[in-house]
Amino acid sequence: MKIFTFIVQKVKTALMDLLPIIVVITFFQLVVIRQPLPELGEVIFGALLVVAGLVLFVQGLEMGLFPIGEAMAYALARKGSLLWLLIFAFALGFSTTIAEPALIAVAAEAADIAGKGGLIDSDKKTLTTYALGLRISVAVSVGLAILVGVIRILKGWPIHFLIIGGYVVVMLMTIIAPEEIIGIAYDAGGVTTSTITVPLVAALGVGLASSIQGRSPLLDGFGLIAFASLLPMIFVMGYGLLIFN
Amino acid sequence: MEFLMDFGKILVATGRDVLPIILLIGGFQLLVLRQPIPHLKRVLVGSVYVVIGLALFLAGLEKALFPLGKIMAAQLSDPVFIYGTTDQPVLADWSAYGWVYLFAAMIGFATTIAEPSLIAVAYKASEVSMGTISQWGLRITVAIGVAVGISLGTFRIVTGTPLYLYILVGYVMVILLTLVSPKNIIALAYDSGGVTTSTVTVPLVAALGLGLASTVPGRNPALDGFGLIAFASLFPIISVLGYARLAVWMTHRKTRTAEKTYAV
Repeated sequence: MKIFTFIVQKVKTALMDLLPIIVVITFFQLVVIRQPLPELGEVIFGALLVVAGLVLFVQGLEMGLFPIGEAMAYALARKGSLLWLLIFAFALGFSTTIAEPALIAVAAEAADIAGKGGLIDSDKKTLTTYALGLRISVAVSVGLAILVGVIRILKGWPIHFLIIGGYVVVMLMTIIAPEEIIGIAYDAGGVTTSTITVPLVAALGVGLASSIQGRSPLLDGFGLIAFASLLPMIFVMGYGLLIFN
Repeated sequence: MEFLMDFGKILVATGRDVLPIILLIGGFQLLVLRQPIPHLKRVLVGSVYVVIGLALFLAGLEKALFPLGKIMAAQLSDPVFIYGTTDQPVLADWSAYGWVYLFAAMIGFATTIAEPSLIAVAYKASEVSMGTISQWGLRITVAIGVAVGISLGTFRIVTGTPLYLYILVGYVMVILLTLVSPKNIIALAYDSGGVTTSTVTVPLVAALGLGLASTVPGRNPALDGFGLIAFASLFPIISVLGYARLAVWMTHRKTRTAEKTYAV
């Protein structure tokens, strides 16, 4: 009985995430478009899978990886050696990004579009390699971003210098990057930071900021995510330069 | 049966995707911190949940979120729906796509206002600013930012204007606002851009853009289809910085008026 109410609770939370989308789409279907939604059964089945998947995914993270990851981020931030801290920061950014569901989905879609548009060969192997290449570029850049972000917190650099510097590099890269990669590169920044990355990275930032004297956890703890959404843009454009030229 | 086969394949792939996190956390716990993993059984069961959940999510995404975004884009940009005839004009008239812009704005607003990580950030923000920035004020500001961003993004796809021009103007606005914003809100505003785009919103919005680029005449999905998520992460930064500036200005004015009344 207890398990049952627990499951209901979890499903309710996941449904709440989908509810706004359902409301807007239903409104448009009934009031504006006034046509039946094609393949409605298939879409509902898929939506149920999405809800079930998110429930299990988040539950699994909360059961094991989040508590240990957070405790570890705190422990390393407080007393670990600088080298291990930096290795951990990079590895955390890299591994959480590789497992990010939204990035997996968007990278596969990008490969599909590039294949159809004749930018790359459209056989399965080339598409998979291209999608994996995109994800690895993003993951490496998020790893580096977290690493630089940790150094920033240690040194107390103001965040806006890093961000404005990043903007300048993004614009310079845009000039030389092939046209076909720019859209997906700009999107890569927003895609990277969602379900897994944010809680673990936030724990690292707050843990670090609260263990150094004169740093405010609320002020210096923030800003890691911002940098982690900026660097992927630069790296994916670099990946495009390698692939399309 | 076919579905189960596909699902099996996805399951293997997601197992590989989650492996780096498990190796990282296991490796650091045992080799660097040299401590046994607490509640080992619970952690292992949790990891199995993560793999199965991720696989289910990706399978559902292929069947629901991606098709949904594309169907909506196709229906809203269908010539019969827009012009009332089946004749496709050679060049798209941007003003005929009003419903597309409205749909994009509503999806952006609705998904952002309910976003759990934004609720958490809004709570912290009101704490940092000691109440100058209210939780609801911030959530609505970010949601408006996302709504305007995605809507403008669909306008860009319909007109086919270059993405970097919009982003460049956005960057200049962020930099200018940063110069006049209260220092303690800057990092938070930058982060609010990243947290708004959740796991459910991203695929739907990406599919909407790709669907639009393939149905609007004269557009190429490979060149014009992406960019909506970039808009959705840039515009909240601008709206939050603007809101913070406004909030400070309002408080200043209130105290000044209060001082004046006191002096009289």
